[in-house]
Amino acid sequence: MISLEINGKQHSVDVEPDVPLLWVIREHLKLTGTKFGCGIGLCGSCTVHVDGKAERSCQIPVADARGKKITTIEGLPEDHPVKLAWIKEQVPQCGYCQSGQIMQAAALLAVDKNPSDEKIVNTMEGNLCRCGTYPYIKLAIKSAAGKGEKS
Amino acid sequence: MKTSITRREFLQKSLAGAGIAIAVSITPYGTKLLSAEEAAKEGPDFSPNVWLTITPDDIVHVIVNKSEMGQGVYTSMPMIVADELDADWKQVRMTEALAADKYKDPIWGRQSTGGSTTIRHMYKPLRIAGAAARQMLISAAADIWKVPESECEAYRGTVRHIVTKRSLTFGKLTEKAASIPVPKSPALKSEDKFDLIGSPVERLDVPDKSRGKAMFGIDTFVEGMQYAAIARPPAYGAKPLSFDKDAAMKVRTVSHAVPIPTGIAVCAGTPEGAWKGRDALDVKWDKGIEPGLDTASLEKKFMADLAKEGITARNDGDVKTVLDAAPKTIEATYVLPYLSHATMEPMNCTVAIGPASCEIWVPTQNQTGVLELAEKETGLKPDQIKVHTTYLGGGFGRRFEIDVVEEAVKIAKAAGKPIKLIWKREEDMKHDFYRPANVSRIEGAVDEKGRMTAWSHKIVCPSIFSRVFPGQVKNGIDPAAVEGVRNMEYEVPNLRVEYVRIDTPVPVGFWRSVGSSHNGFTVESFVDEAAHAAGKDPVEFRLGLLKNHLRAYRVLETVAEKAGWAKPLQKAQGRGVAQHMSFGSYIAQVAEVSVDKKDRSIKVHRVVCAVDCGPIVNPAIITAQMRGAIVMGLSAALKEAIAFAKGGVGSSNFDNYPLLRMADVPDIEVHIIKSKDEMGGIGEPGLPPIAPAVANAVFNASGIRVRRLPMKPETVLAAMKKV
Repeated sequence: MISLEINGKQHSVDVEPDVPLLWVIREHLKLTGTKFGCGIGLCGSCTVHVDGKAERSCQIPVADARGKKITTIEGLPEDHPVKLAWIKEQVPQCGYCQSGQIMQAAALLAVDKNPSDEKIVNTMEGNLCRCGTYPYIKLAIKSAAGKGEKS
Repeated sequence: MKTSITRREFLQKSLAGAGIAIAVSITPYGTKLLSAEEAAKEGPDFSPNVWLTITPDDIVHVIVNKSEMGQGVYTSMPMIVADELDADWKQVRMTEALAADKYKDPIWGRQSTGGSTTIRHMYKPLRIAGAAARQMLISAAADIWKVPESECEAYRGTVRHIVTKRSLTFGKLTEKAASIPVPKSPALKSEDKFDLIGSPVERLDVPDKSRGKAMFGIDTFVEGMQYAAIARPPAYGAKPLSFDKDAAMKVRTVSHAVPIPTGIAVCAGTPEGAWKGRDALDVKWDKGIEPGLDTASLEKKFMADLAKEGITARNDGDVKTVLDAAPKTIEATYVLPYLSHATMEPMNCTVAIGPASCEIWVPTQNQTGVLELAEKETGLKPDQIKVHTTYLGGGFGRRFEIDVVEEAVKIAKAAGKPIKLIWKREEDMKHDFYRPANVSRIEGAVDEKGRMTAWSHKIVCPSIFSRVFPGQVKNGIDPAAVEGVRNMEYEVPNLRVEYVRIDTPVPVGFWRSVGSSHNGFTVESFVDEAAHAAGKDPVEFRLGLLKNHLRAYRVLETVAEKAGWAKPLQKAQGRGVAQHMSFGSYIAQVAEVSVDKKDRSIKVHRVVCAVDCGPIVNPAIITAQMRGAIVMGLSAALKEAIAFAKGGVGSSNFDNYPLLRMADVPDIEVHIIKSKDEMGGIGEPGLPPIAPAVANAVFNASGIRVRRLPMKPETVLAAMKKV
């Protein structure tokens, strides 16, 4: 049994230690907001916070997550500025990658309240969106940072 | 906001007097409107395409028979109903339709989503449904107040008596309205009275999608379900020589290992168990049907087929004579690769089969296909099968295919348990129905006055339709392979289009904008080359060929003006233009680019897009679809190509099949033209012009004519050496 702290709650799961954290979150604990996209850490759909930092949950063996504070999209407050900005700027199309995008953006704004365009692009570079919502993501991050520009 | 309701529940609810329900049936033989009670009595031939109910709690429910894959139909379809109804948008909820005859597309006679047709096909039935309900509510209120109907009007979820200023909400009127016969031909609103249609209404699906709450296919859980994984052949047509079933069965939670037509399936209690079990099979495969197939061999075959005589798809004037006598001719060969859909949500399907039931949860664009497949595989009747359409994590045509459903049903049958089948990214990329590769050779002539006098266009391209809709292949011509060329907007007096069908083991399918995704590139690159050969400005030259094609002319003129076509650019930057009509919409784009002097990488700085799609339902969705299609098209133009090796697909994941990322995305301006012309689609037509606009801008910036996609630095360098 492996103990995990996710969204402030303790969970105990009966899995092998090498199972990626992603599958434990999604399929064992049914927190399905975190998505599977590539399994090799190149698309960002599975992004969660581990001790406040944005990490690819498909690249973390579950055993390595023990003793750490994990936050998923479900654990990000509903009135979080990034979630609200995503709604205000009408970012999602198909929506599949957006949990990962939101978690990546929220981690950025937690350490940099006013990121430059360059910082935004560099930070979001690991998150793919096949629908091409990138211009809206950029706008929403700026909007959440309190310096939103009208499109 | 999305609710879940079955048709049976819906009917029961409606018939129980809990509100009014209207079914609208539109067929080539006419329109029919009925109450739920009347609809229930109709025979099997009655196929309503729209169901609308209003319940006493003031909620308007619209059943949506189309798939939401990002293009916004879960919002735009209810908007149309709500506007005709004069509902308060906050009262509107949508419910996805199960797969059933009742929900078939009125034009196609099938329930599926594609071809940028949803609004074009559903606009009228949705308006009629809303208008009928509005008229019933007004009649109900007039009856209660004992006043003439002409003194009453519907306004944002209420009916008002204009004279006395009394009002009643829709919910309070439903009981009375339910007893009023459904009007047979309700009067539609005049367009100047539209409240929602034409406005940037916020999407109904965005709040859930911004909170991780939207349920995609991969998020399905069923009581007692097993996970399934499949070991697949690495080469096309490869058969298993041996596999170690015992090793797989020893893996924790593995319950089954069974051969299916597409590979060896393993079922387990956990996803990791299924994948470990699959790997433990250690399947040995034979070499497949064409072991030597690789990227180079395929290109060689396409190039060789250029020498073949094709089937004539269009032949105006006398191309040969004009080309032979022309003072100036140009010739170019264009090469485009196979592309993957790469939806962010990999293929998946969940199936539960009982003794007399089958339930399927799948992100699909093809409900009728799924239903027919389930009937065939299970022997059950359609009313014993429930197909739930979940949110689609991208579609782009990939989810019109039902291969994953067939696998999931076969595995569920073999396992005797509900199963969830998830493809890994590598399976998704290696087992796609790819956007076809295309090699085209074009010859053209310009006369002394710089007019285009001849255009001869030969297309070597695989056929999608011969597999998917063989009935639509006429005289051997695949309509997708020649679309955008055969029907090009340009008026060239001598025009010949030839099609050479090429068959390879690589399966091909619909990919966003289909034939226009490759033919748009060849036509718009070549017309640009012709403009330069004629010594004319690329915009002026095109306009000269479009004098009788108002909509194409207008978008081109608009985009040139908005982009500041005549204005100077920053040093070392270039500007390129392209226009293309697809799915009934006219799009023109201008791209501003620079080419790195050292590594020849292309940077796209700005894209300006003008769109004429006729009447507008939601301008915010149109803008988002244009931007999204431009990003996807740019990704294909600069980065994407499926590689083949050892008889199968070599590409496997985003490390060797990169997609465009945020740093490569330019500023994109979208200008929507106010147009009363025929309505066009919006999901796909934004894509075709971007690749040629960029290639033409690269030529403008550097003098390098790139005739091969993707325009990677090495491709630009190779093109430079040829010049």
